[in-house]
Amino acid sequence: MKTIKVLGSGCTKCQKTAEMISRIAAESAIEVSVIKVTDPAVMMEYGVMSTPAVVVDEQLMHSGSIPHRADVEAWLVKA
Amino acid sequence: MLEIFTLFADWLVYDLLGLSAATKLGDALHFFVEDTTKIFALLVVMIYLIALLRASMNIESVRAWLVGKNRILGYFMGAGFGAVTPFCSCSSIPLFLGFTSAGIPVGITMSFLLTSPLINEVAIVLLGSLLGWKFTLIYVGVGIGVGVLGGLFLDLIRAEKMLQPFAAKAYAEAKQADVKAEVRRLNMAERHQFAKDELIDIFSRVWKWVIVGVGLGAALHGFVPEGWFEQHLGQGQWWSVPAAVLLGIPLYSNATGVIPVMESLITKGLPVGTTLAFCMSTVAASFPEFILLKQVMQWKLLVILFCLLLFAFTLVGWIFNGIGLLFLAT
Repeated sequence: MKTIKVLGSGCTKCQKTAEMISRIAAESAIEVSVIKVTDPAVMMEYGVMSTPAVVVDEQLMHSGSIPHRADVEAWLVKA
Repeated sequence: MLEIFTLFADWLVYDLLGLSAATKLGDALHFFVEDTTKIFALLVVMIYLIALLRASMNIESVRAWLVGKNRILGYFMGAGFGAVTPFCSCSSIPLFLGFTSAGIPVGITMSFLLTSPLINEVAIVLLGSLLGWKFTLIYVGVGIGVGVLGGLFLDLIRAEKMLQPFAAKAYAEAKQADVKAEVRRLNMAERHQFAKDELIDIFSRVWKWVIVGVGLGAALHGFVPEGWFEQHLGQGQWWSVPAAVLLGIPLYSNATGVIPVMESLITKGLPVGTTLAFCMSTVAASFPEFILLKQVMQWKLLVILFCLLLFAFTLVGWIFNGIGLLFLAT
């Protein structure tokens, strides 16, 4: 199962991002665990400077905006 | 070219709704319709064009530019980048840490963070269309000035010693070598996609503020008598500036909501400096922002920063009340 972390201070965009990833995963029947991370020290460790950011299996995939649907689908499908 | 919005408002308010320009309601509504349509049209064009230009610029490349720069140049660059790089205030903490852990002095980072909410394309469009280019230039100059001097001051008092321990540690252990930003070349289609996303994002965030701001402005315009502020809060009362700054703090808003109100305040005779001070304090000194900064700064530094902003905006107000009328006599 993939672990997807959504990094952000809890602003609406970060929540939307987390919801969107959960929803798309559910639609494609892919099991994921989506975790929201709000600790700034953790964001610093991943080198994230603009939120929301998305970390898929410990790899930073995206930062600075709500991701596009196509991107999310690609992350979910990629082994 | 912009008369089209006046004509549209004439048609809608006077012809279609049959209101008279002489009534308070007609006057206020005309003002509202003209300004909102004009601002919306200008925003769409400006946000798109600017996003097209800066599509390949991101916060990582700004950081790479700022690392290891000469201090004085650094403050100007920090403030300058703050003005042109948009970022959501919810990103200010990760941005602060990202800069700090790359060894960028706290002052330079704060130059960026202070200037950023004050100056952006939305603020420029609003100021330019409502208050004219002279006022816009002054506003931009003052915004950058506050950022540069604020940053300089914070480094002089060694603000890095007043960070939260983990942030101070990150600064002390900063490795400048490993911040490289890859600059990707974008083709036109990618630029268009970015600009479109930006346009939708920014516009969907600010449109209601424009309505609220212009609505308030229209109410002031139609219902507060000419010269009311001049009589009550005119030049003579030196305390009106710090009072305006204090009043601006709890009234947290962004530049979008405040600037249309400023226009009305100025036309009703509120001195330029007082208006500028009020606007800047509303936009740049907000409690929610300060609570966020608590995550990386100790109380002492927060209090200093807060007082610094109050002092800076008051000073700006006094200076512009002194010279403003000469400057803006049009």
